[in-house]
Amino acid sequence: MGTDEFVFLLTGLKWTVILSAIAFVCGCLGGLAVALARTSGIKLLERATAAYIGVFQGTPLLMQLFVVYYGLALVGFKIDAWVAVATGLTLHASAYLGEIWRGSIEAVPRGQTEAAKALSLKYVSRMRDVILPQALRVSLPATIGFLVQLIKGTSLASIVGFTELTRAGNMISNQIFQPLTVFGIVGLMYFLLCCPLTIFGAHLERRFAASAR
Amino acid sequence: MTNPSATQADAMITLTHVEKWYGAFKALHDVTMSVHQGEKIVLCGPSGSGKSTLIRCINSLEPHQKGEIRVDGIVLGPNAKAIDAIRREVGMVFQQFNLFPHLTVLENCMLAPMRALGLAKSEAESRARALLERVKIAEQAAKYPAQLSGGQQQRVAIARALCMQPKVMLFDEPTSALDPEMVKEVLDTMIGLAEDGMTMICVTHEMGFARQVADRVIFMADGAIVEQAPPAEFFSNPAHERTRKFLGEILNH
Ligand SMILES: Nc1ncnc2c1ncn2[C@@H]1O[C@H](COP(=O)(O)OP(=O)(O)O)[C@@H](O)[C@H]1O
Ligand SMILES: [Mg+2]
Repeated sequence: MGTDEFVFLLTGLKWTVILSAIAFVCGCLGGLAVALARTSGIKLLERATAAYIGVFQGTPLLMQLFVVYYGLALVGFKIDAWVAVATGLTLHASAYLGEIWRGSIEAVPRGQTEAAKALSLKYVSRMRDVILPQALRVSLPATIGFLVQLIKGTSLASIVGFTELTRAGNMISNQIFQPLTVFGIVGLMYFLLCCPLTIFGAHLERRFAASAR
Repeated sequence: MTNPSATQADAMITLTHVEKWYGAFKALHDVTMSVHQGEKIVLCGPSGSGKSTLIRCINSLEPHQKGEIRVDGIVLGPNAKAIDAIRREVGMVFQQFNLFPHLTVLENCMLAPMRALGLAKSEAESRARALLERVKIAEQAAKYPAQLSGGQQQRVAIARALCMQPKVMLFDEPTSALDPEMVKEVLDTMIGLAEDGMTMICVTHEMGFARQVADRVIFMADGAIVEQAPPAEFFSNPAHERTRKFLGEILNH
């Protein structure tokens, strides 16, 4: 495998990182909205977001990408593969992060909300200053765990024709007929991306466990 | 029998025929009472009699379904404005302290004045430091709640509530979660507050505190007020059998 091929793989890696970052950042915003809606106490919002989470947790990510990709085309949006994929992954991430954070918001003791109310703090301040800092801290290991899943999940974008790392690998492999070498390198690249995150997540989890003692 | 000096005019808190349900369970039965400015009330009664429910209705941590609750002239209704106005005037101290664990002692005290009253940071800080001084814990300002003893945490919780400059303080069994040797430091803080003229409703079984500080002791059972009297009369000559039985139980153990 020559330098050109390797550079092509690096370009694929770059798109994997960009796609993961976009999906994660947008998914964090969406997930926050979902988590707040899920815990809002407003029945309609809670039911709607519960259904949303249920759909995205109960179907394969690949189906979700297909539906967004072909679905948006069907209703007349002519969009790039990468916009479709970023949208699909964002919707997917919003559901999962929303559910992770709902759990951690509900795990903050009721007394915290009551103390904040008694101090006449309003909803925005109660959430921003009291509940979310505690909830997000607790959920950090699970959040990082999901980010790793998301990075690996971006490989499915190759199937709808977006040239990220996996599809780049496929193309090179078809060119030079060394699938084992190529996919070995591709796998190593995923590993180098994900492994530090996994270690960081485990480190945080140990630190929280120690401070909870 | 009740409270000759409390007229409607200087009533800080009035409850009129208040009823509260938790679903199908009726937790407060036709509660009518009034607390005038500067008055100290001790609220006692067996576990499950509705003491917490009663004081939590006053600052709307629990909604009531019937009757009227009025604090400093503001009628507590379902509208957010009235709830907010009342919460600004009413401080609360909980059995479990409920300090914010991710904030330092000082930050715990500064948060609400900055966010709810719009105080500048410097102003909130000097107010917080002054009140931490008052509860004799100023040297712990930079620590986190988990680094303090229970008694210290409860005194911080009192200072945190006082930072809002409330007109009324509600205490829900503030010493029940404390080790015995820490009860006194918290009670002393509350006595100091009472001496400074704060209007207070204290749910507590510390009968020594009731004798020393209370203007009136209110006894509840099964969600209703059974009797109320100045402490001397309440302890020496309780009118109801339920009260006698309750006093017998708590004074003998
Ligand atoms: N959130 C709640 N939901 C249902 N029932 C409750 C709730 N809080 C209190 N109760 C019931 O209301 C009654 C009064 O409770 P509470 O006010 O906590 O009593 P106390 O503080 O005097 O021990 C009890 O029977 C209790 O079980
Ligand atoms: Mg109680």
